[in-house]
Amino acid sequence: MSSTTVIELANDITNAFAEITRIGPSMLPLRQAGLDRFKRSGFPTTNEEDWRFTSLKPFTEIPFEIMTDSGEQLLDQAILDEIAFSQHDTDNLVFIDGHFSDQLSQISDQPEGVTVSNLASAFDIIDNKIGLLSGKDENPLIALNDAFFTDGAWIHIPANHSLSKPVHLVFLSTAKKDGQASHSRNLIIAESNAKGTIIESHISLGHAAASTNVVTESQLEDGSNLEHIKLQDQSPQSIHLASLHSNLGKEARYAFHSFALGAQLSRNNLRMNLAKPGIDCMLNGLYMTRGSQLADHHMIVNHAAPHCDSHEYFNGILYDQSRGVFHGRILVQPEAQKTDAKQTNKNLILSEEATVNTKPQLEIYADDVKCTHGATIGELDKDAIFYLRARGLDTKAAQQMLMHGFTGEIVDRIQHNAIREELNELVWSRLENEHNLN
Amino acid sequence: MLEIKNLKARIEEKEILKGINLSVNNGEVHAIMGPNGSGKSTLASVLAGREGYDITDGEVFLRGNDILELSPEERAREGVFLAFQYPVEIPGVNSTYFLRSAVNQVRKHRGEEELDAMNFLKLVKAKMKELELAEEFLKRPVNAGFSGGEKKRNEILQMTMLNPSLAVLDETDSGLDIDALRIVADGVNRIKNQNNAQIVITHYQRLLDYIVPDFVHVLYDGRIIKSGDKTLAHDLEEKGYDWLIKNA
Amino acid sequence: MSANTDTIDEFVSSEYKYGFITDIESESLDPGLNEDVIKFISAKKNEPEWLLNWRLKAFRHFEKMENPEWAHVNYPPVNFQEISYYSAPKKKGDGPKSLDEVDPKLLETYEKLGVPLHERARLAGVAVDAVFDSESIGTTFKEDLAKAGVIFCSMSEAVQEHPELVKKYLGTVVPYTDNYYSALNSAVFSDGSFVYIPKGTRCPMELSTYFRINAANTGQFERTLIIAEESSHVSYLEGCTAPMRDENQLHAAVVELVALDNSEIKYSTVQNWYPGDEEGRGGIYNFVTKRGICKRNAKISWTQVETGSAITWKYPSVILQGDNSIGEFYSIALTNKAQQADTGTKMVHIGKNTRSTIISKGISAGKGQNSYRGLVQVGKKASKARNFSQCDSLLIGDKCGAHTFPYIEAKNSTARIEHEATTSKIGEDQIFYCNQRGLETQDAVNMIVNGFCKEVFRELPMEFAVEAQKLLDVSLEGSVG
Repeated sequence: MSSTTVIELANDITNAFAEITRIGPSMLPLRQAGLDRFKRSGFPTTNEEDWRFTSLKPFTEIPFEIMTDSGEQLLDQAILDEIAFSQHDTDNLVFIDGHFSDQLSQISDQPEGVTVSNLASAFDIIDNKIGLLSGKDENPLIALNDAFFTDGAWIHIPANHSLSKPVHLVFLSTAKKDGQASHSRNLIIAESNAKGTIIESHISLGHAAASTNVVTESQLEDGSNLEHIKLQDQSPQSIHLASLHSNLGKEARYAFHSFALGAQLSRNNLRMNLAKPGIDCMLNGLYMTRGSQLADHHMIVNHAAPHCDSHEYFNGILYDQSRGVFHGRILVQPEAQKTDAKQTNKNLILSEEATVNTKPQLEIYADDVKCTHGATIGELDKDAIFYLRARGLDTKAAQQMLMHGFTGEIVDRIQHNAIREELNELVWSRLENEHNLN
Repeated sequence: MLEIKNLKARIEEKEILKGINLSVNNGEVHAIMGPNGSGKSTLASVLAGREGYDITDGEVFLRGNDILELSPEERAREGVFLAFQYPVEIPGVNSTYFLRSAVNQVRKHRGEEELDAMNFLKLVKAKMKELELAEEFLKRPVNAGFSGGEKKRNEILQMTMLNPSLAVLDETDSGLDIDALRIVADGVNRIKNQNNAQIVITHYQRLLDYIVPDFVHVLYDGRIIKSGDKTLAHDLEEKGYDWLIKNA
Repeated sequence: MSANTDTIDEFVSSEYKYGFITDIESESLDPGLNEDVIKFISAKKNEPEWLLNWRLKAFRHFEKMENPEWAHVNYPPVNFQEISYYSAPKKKGDGPKSLDEVDPKLLETYEKLGVPLHERARLAGVAVDAVFDSESIGTTFKEDLAKAGVIFCSMSEAVQEHPELVKKYLGTVVPYTDNYYSALNSAVFSDGSFVYIPKGTRCPMELSTYFRINAANTGQFERTLIIAEESSHVSYLEGCTAPMRDENQLHAAVVELVALDNSEIKYSTVQNWYPGDEEGRGGIYNFVTKRGICKRNAKISWTQVETGSAITWKYPSVILQGDNSIGEFYSIALTNKAQQADTGTKMVHIGKNTRSTIISKGISAGKGQNSYRGLVQVGKKASKARNFSQCDSLLIGDKCGAHTFPYIEAKNSTARIEHEATTSKIGEDQIFYCNQRGLETQDAVNMIVNGFCKEVFRELPMEFAVEAQKLLDVSLEGSVG
């Protein structure tokens, strides 16, 4: 059975911490430093610029029960069959409340030298690599994760190797009780010219107000090529907090796709460091919110070397009283000449009460650059609806087609065919079934 | 085919069409010419049922049925096709998907069998060849990132696929080079038969060298001030509109 | 790139044309900021008690506030005790009754600045209020304006002559609690312009204020208030210059615009305060709060050409409170040498069918840092609100920076907001093309920059558009190869 430690943050945090340090003693210095940092900072508030539009109140007002043990180990395999991508030929690493499930995971023969495993099994090998990329970030949620993470994925693709099939990281939250707090940690290293596709799914099994705080560090060395698809489809009661820290080497290609469909509150911090020339980095995302959901994508793309391209495309569809937040900052350092950076954020507001806050920002210190950003907020385009009706489609079909197009813009950027198709269907069925098209 | 009687329309408080009378029979091609702001595009939009216009008077009959009360899609299914002056870009919506949905809506309305993906593709590819459109076109979103000429050819492709009884071409020639103009005109001429009709709205006579009209009408200040045969277009090309406007 | 570097380095060498000092006897208050200083200013201006009390309240509030640090600018903290809060040319006897009696040295100063005040040389069709340090020295065309019922005078005069209007509107658009510098200004403001356009009146000429900082170690804290009654119309322009001094000087102004139903206010600024030298020594700190409120069907249009100041911190804004009201912001901001600008606008859509347009052109050269910061906010009740924003940055040289920080918030599904921004440099192919057609590189740069700014120049009153264009050319002098 599950054993959880109930703590009052700040007061009783040490109890949970004592429990957690049993996991991977070599992690202790990192955990201790994280705990100290978090004790100093506490949770961020809306007075801070980076959290101006996103209040963590829904998170701080529920209990905080660190999942020091897996909430449930005896899950039926059938549960896995129902989740997205389960019908594809993938390797699966399954985590339940932040704990690895050996029973549900399935790793085939990846090429010699490729590692696909859980992080805790490799603590001794990789301890000095954890926190390398996220360490400088002052985000208190990273400090919290440093202190309390339990497990996560460890993927290592050596030079000139490729993953033989996509790796699917499945994060299940049992969400039986309000306040269950899972902390997962992923480390991905793609050495030079390595290739692979990684899918990351976050799913709730229950409907309690549980939280997930996941930190992922990905190091892409020269010439590597990674596609990373993240589907966050947790229950509308849950809290999803995520940070991705990536460091990209020469001519590396990284495509990160974020689909934020679930959770009461979701926040994705994306921090991309374009360290060497010739990089192509794409951040591509779709958020669809209803009820009182809030979906926040907060990214900083740091162009630190010349001749790099970065593209950010985020589309949002908002219903009811939901809120969409976009913060995109492209930072072009003085040495990053010939940067080509593009940032767009488009929002469809489909209810009287939905809100969008968007901050597409450019900070540029080099002169020979091409940087653009654009943001739009509005209803469906009336001219386009008329155009479609003039071709014989009725109003509803025209609206549906435009919404499909709006989501399709994002979905179509997924390179992996089968995954793209599945996400297309998933997104579309959400639009058709769960949302009222007026 | 089409009977327009004393059609008056306004946008907000401004009267644009001040009593249009026009009768188009099966198998005919009518050209409507006129200076900027005379109401040509408004007429096209009103025929297709665009919102924002207030029809204050008059009637429009298509094969004897008043169409003014019909929605844009009902008119489209009844066979009214508007080739837009500025075809709308629809990012994210795949051209094939869009066109097949439209074609099948219209076919369903006519009681014809809907086309499956295979047959549709076969048909559309054949038509595209005629219009010298690359197949790659079908994979792209509707009009997004198309050049001006590509957009216009895409309109003609849609027209060809939808096979309308009344095609209204709103300045389809604008922005086209001579080769594209020929391709577009060929497309229009190819669908012409004794059971349909075309209204060609244009600024310039040159399109009418390729699409030869049976009648030419001059629209000015919301009224047709002169009608004639194709020689009228040549007179206009030579003398401009002033001589007509002075007499109007 | 490298071929151009030498000439880019020469960029910083251009001279500031308005850097001379007028040698005139002034009456200046000793540096320092306390309640006595405020009482002194208020007494000097013979102000009613309510105004003094308002100033004191503002000062007490200011003391509780902290210097804002969110802007993308760097400068050592301002020591408010080292600034003199009042300086004015010494008056002989009762002071001049009309412009004819003003000290010829002052008239000469304005003549040199290209703003002649005496009757025979006045700019046709433009009434000028000339503010020298803390005082207005005179206003032209007063009688002609009075015939149309228009009040155009210094703020000090308005307090004496039209206290009911001042009391009714002062601080209603920018309350002293609004921000740090508006609190400071409310406490110590010395002079500025006051405009009142009666109902149904179209102001017969352009109104303008020319601000000049002359004395050393003084700050200029002007306060401008423009009231356009129902169905009235006014176009107002301000210009600013200051001598070259090694110390930084503070200019913290507040401008309030009130556009009542169906009225229109067009407010243009050509700001050319001394920018400091290439090392960042000297220059004006230009910390300004400008805001207007639009009632039903009203329109406020801000146009600014910002070429001067060491640091600019300025966000002319419009509260679109009335239905169908319109806000516009057209801006050119040029930062050269070590200048820093953080400027933009706020468009707050409250009423229905409100519309706003933002066109911002930032040009960065030398070691200049140029930031656009803007907010477009559409409230729940602002149905069918429309906004279009275009923010373009042009970079000249590789030591400068261009930044864009837009904030967009929409709470209404019928809103339509579009924001676009681009950053680019002057293309070598563009320069080459111009060279090949026989143009000097500098002329080519000027031409390209002017072309880049065209949409904004178009918004300026004709005579000032020409001036602004020249000003931009001068500021770019020696800029690029």
